[in-house]
Amino acid sequence: MKEFKYVITDPEGIHARPAGLLVKAVKEFTCDIKIAKDGKAMNCKAIFGVMGLGAKKGDEVTLTFDGTDEEKAYEAVSKFMSENL
Amino acid sequence: MNIYEGKSVFHGIAIGRISVYKKGEQQVKRVKIKDAEAEIARFEESKAQAVKQLQGLYDKALCEVGEANAAIFEVHQMMMEDDGYNDSIKNMIRTQEINAEYAVASTGDNFAQIFASMDDDYMKERAADVRDISERIITVLSGTDSAMAAAKEPSIIVAEDLAPSETVQLDKDMVLSFVTVHGSLNSHTAILARTMAIPALVGTPLPLDETTDGKLGIVDGTSGKIYVDPDEQTLTEMKIKQQKELERKELLQTLKGRENVTLDGKKVMLYANIGNIKDLATVLQNDAGGIGLFRSEFIYLEKDSYPTEEEQFQIYKQAAETMAGKRVIIRTLDIGADKQCSYFEMEQEENPALGCRAIRICLTRPEIFKTQLRALFRASAYGKIAIMYPMITSVKEVKRIQEIVALVKEELTEQGIDFGEPEQGIMIETPAAVMVSDELAKEVDFFSIGTNDLTQYTLAIDRQNTKLDEFYDAHHPAILRMISMVVEHAHRAGIWAGICGELGADQTLTQEFLAMGVDELSVSPGSILPLRKIVLETNVEEYKAGKENVNRTET
Repeated sequence: MKEFKYVITDPEGIHARPAGLLVKAVKEFTCDIKIAKDGKAMNCKAIFGVMGLGAKKGDEVTLTFDGTDEEKAYEAVSKFMSENL
Repeated sequence: MNIYEGKSVFHGIAIGRISVYKKGEQQVKRVKIKDAEAEIARFEESKAQAVKQLQGLYDKALCEVGEANAAIFEVHQMMMEDDGYNDSIKNMIRTQEINAEYAVASTGDNFAQIFASMDDDYMKERAADVRDISERIITVLSGTDSAMAAAKEPSIIVAEDLAPSETVQLDKDMVLSFVTVHGSLNSHTAILARTMAIPALVGTPLPLDETTDGKLGIVDGTSGKIYVDPDEQTLTEMKIKQQKELERKELLQTLKGRENVTLDGKKVMLYANIGNIKDLATVLQNDAGGIGLFRSEFIYLEKDSYPTEEEQFQIYKQAAETMAGKRVIIRTLDIGADKQCSYFEMEQEENPALGCRAIRICLTRPEIFKTQLRALFRASAYGKIAIMYPMITSVKEVKRIQEIVALVKEELTEQGIDFGEPEQGIMIETPAAVMVSDELAKEVDFFSIGTNDLTQYTLAIDRQNTKLDEFYDAHHPAILRMISMVVEHAHRAGIWAGICGELGADQTLTQEFLAMGVDELSVSPGSILPLRKIVLETNVEEYKAGKENVNRTET
């Protein structure tokens, strides 16, 4: 299992559009990917879960990856986060 | 004639027939079913169909309103594919043995509820998206066609509320304006209306019956009003206003993005005056080069007690960030005279215009001043903020301000709080400041001439007294000479000088100001592009030569 923490810098937080992009990005991988904020973990492949976190600028989210392609997913998602959020 | 008021989403005037839009109300009945798996298959099929529809809408929106606004339909597709949402629907069908329509409607309500209860205006609005996708699936399931009845002539569309999918399905050539009873400024409908650049109102309490449907209507996006069945006079007035809007729009198209430079290469900064953080959108829409006068009073006037440093910091920071590197000149507290704030507990004065106001309050109550300065210095770390001090009469006052500023910076450093180094300038709005402007110029980074007060103090005429209008001459040579003198003194000391009073927007003086060498004009956002037009058409040297000729023939 791999994990990383990320502090949101996008002024709008994870709103509908970036949430959609994030879901699209993680759906490429077969491993289990979760996104958590304040101890609340959500399925990162479901848009309602991601949006439901209500992560705003300055909030810290934790992403965990568990499965065969977790290494690749970790690389791709950390790149996505720093570029988009 | 009936008048209703709502919140304006986009300016502009629309005149035309009102067409009341009613949703094909989805009456979803709970029906017991026998074969749950067959019902789930029916749901999957309809959902696939709905996803396909959304793809179509995405493509359509992409052409019409651009990628950023079309993205909502891609998001809607993902919402439909959301595992939690799908599991809930299928689970309901299986365990409760109910029809797919009912399961979708209930699940939609539940998910919408989650968003509606979130502590965030933007997320609250997303409840509408959940309802929208659920309704779309139900429509496919029940085989009803909810496509909007095509209007036969361009109309003002009035509705309870409009889902983004409904607004995009409309034939754009047939829509003059949107007016909705519900909806907020954050809703996608509002955003789409803005992108389509058509006047629109949300939150407008008007009846959706025969008293409005089919009647002639006028939507005024500037005042946020809709006139139903207007009288002759209103109609004529609004037609004139519409014509002016149209001319302004054309001007906007041709002038946006252009530099403010005269035919002979003289550049001038055209900035915007604003009185509230809410005005930032119009500042950008009108292509302002910066904010020349941000009246910070609103922060104090809107409150019942002194605004905190944090509250002020957030507002200044937002302005700095929104303007993204463009100059934001914030004027420190300017209350007193005609702007009163009860919690300041100011004494009644015989002559408030000549009384304890603006910088005089700040210097006599340094604690209030320091709070504002701390917020301003902190916000400076986030953009190009400049601070402007009002009602200056002497170098001594500027020195006193500098002492307080030094103290504030020292405190921030000690506390390890980040701050920037904003430019600091003063308003020239008293005859005294004009006369010593050569000395003042050595102490500050810029001047901004406040012509309203300068005129009142120079001509000794109370601005509020309308009976004195015949004596009031905004173009009085004394004022024009003062402006010229201030600009000259500023340039000699190597600083810039601008005008932020009403005179700055006076188009009959623009060429004169350019000839004087005024570096900046700060005006209401709507005046920026008309001024740019004049600047682009002016040749300063020719104008000066022409003036000299006139002077010679006159003498």
